[in-house]
Amino acid sequence: MDVRSEVVAQFTRVAQDQDKRLAPLTDELSLLDSGLDSLCFAIVVARLETSLGVDPFSDDEDARFPVTFGDFIRFYEHAAK
Amino acid sequence: MPRNNPASLRSAIVAAGDPSSRILVGVDAMATWGELVHGSILENRSVDLRGNSVLLATIDQFRAAAALIELDGLARRVVLFPPDVPREHLPYVARTAEADVLVTDQPEIASMQHGVRHAVLCGRSVVPVNPDRSPEIETEWILLTSGTTGLPKLAVHTLATLAGSAWHKSPASAAIVWSTFYDMRRYGGLHIFLHAALTGTSLVVSSAQEPVADFLARAGAHGVTHISGTPSHWRRALMSPWAGRIAPEYIRMSGEIVDQAILNQVGAQYPQARVEHTFASTEAGVGFYVSDGLMGFAPELLSQNPLVEMKIENGTLKIRSNRAAYRYLGAENPKLKDADGFVDTGDTVELREGRYYFTGRRDGVINVGGFKVHPEEVEAVINRHPRVAMSLVKAKKSPITGALVVADVVLKAPPREDGPTALERDLMQFCRGELAPHMVPAAINIVPTLPIGESGKLVRRA
Repeated sequence: MDVRSEVVAQFTRVAQDQDKRLAPLTDELSLLDSGLDSLCFAIVVARLETSLGVDPFSDDEDARFPVTFGDFIRFYEHAAK
Repeated sequence: MPRNNPASLRSAIVAAGDPSSRILVGVDAMATWGELVHGSILENRSVDLRGNSVLLATIDQFRAAAALIELDGLARRVVLFPPDVPREHLPYVARTAEADVLVTDQPEIASMQHGVRHAVLCGRSVVPVNPDRSPEIETEWILLTSGTTGLPKLAVHTLATLAGSAWHKSPASAAIVWSTFYDMRRYGGLHIFLHAALTGTSLVVSSAQEPVADFLARAGAHGVTHISGTPSHWRRALMSPWAGRIAPEYIRMSGEIVDQAILNQVGAQYPQARVEHTFASTEAGVGFYVSDGLMGFAPELLSQNPLVEMKIENGTLKIRSNRAAYRYLGAENPKLKDADGFVDTGDTVELREGRYYFTGRRDGVINVGGFKVHPEEVEAVINRHPRVAMSLVKAKKSPITGALVVADVVLKAPPREDGPTALERDLMQFCRGELAPHMVPAAINIVPTLPIGESGKLVRRA
């Protein structure tokens, strides 16, 4: 499965479900400016674990947190390899 | 020599050293502790509130802090109503606390009837006054915690129980600037507020409406050296490009189970900082501090402090100390302590290879980013859906919020042609109309049956 399109789909769906206004998802977008709050991110991460079969946040205790949307995609692409 | 417990917060602040040299910083206001001690945010009406039970329900933390300093020693009781608790609980809280007066910074709240005699609208800033406050009395401080029925429980503290060890500490050097991601109407935030007030340091308080980046920038600009928050607060901070705006010497985590990942990640972002995690609860007070950089805690910590007795009984942590709350308000509320004076924290622990690890809650309460969710409350809503026969709500581990709420649902009849996905969405939508966002299940699984135990109750543990 294409990681990027799946991540975009989950961001979009969670924003819709939680009634949040999602910023345009460019690679430079800071995650905290995306319009999603911590609860939204937690749901995105849980859904991606189901759809992609990985949770890079939990799998690596020493991983640095992604800061931008581009970091987030790479974080998952790296884990999904 | 330990100082004696002062009569009021005002005298304690003065006793901690020159209050004009350190400041309390809010999102749009700041004042020296001296200005707070000798000023009024209540338009000089606090003396009229002498002996009253006051429901303090401001949105802004700075105003809450100023009002608290003004009211402690004068009011019979001050209820700290956190801004995230739904306003519809105001009348229940007012009734239970026998509140005479509501203090708020929201004109629309002040204009509504909440069962109090009258409402006082806070000023925007602190103005100097010099009222006769004598004699000062010991004020009850009421903290709200979540209850099973959805209504908050009201735990009774005083300045003495909340300040804990803070006033036996010698005043801190002026170089310390505290801050916290917590709201001071919650135990974790109040503890930091009092620590700063009573050890003579400056304090930068956050605001629920303030973006994380702005808070970090503000904390950085004021040179914050010591800062606390939940693991969820810290995960959110680490996701901010502004995380580097602060360079704390000391970081504290509490309020949720701390995992090794967040300890390592915070350590990597702030290599100069000493990172501790602590166990505390609104009812039991502060238990212990863990400073070895590892999740869980060494059994020796349980017997380290003679003033805080702790024991593990039936797999849960129990605490007896003079930092615990006295009781819950309200006739229908359960006992806060057992016959021996221990508070059962309800937090379950497991001993693995010589170290204790927190595993969750005995009552099944789910901690979603610091918000406590009672599964029964969510089940009650799901079960009202016309197509649901029964449901079981449980926690799913989350690396972002510690846990998420998920639900297993048994339908009255097999899914129709609309398929399970449409129904799952419909159920979530149904829950969103009834529940706060953190209580809405993040995933709903349609299952054929749920296990029922011999007692006739749902089996909540595998």
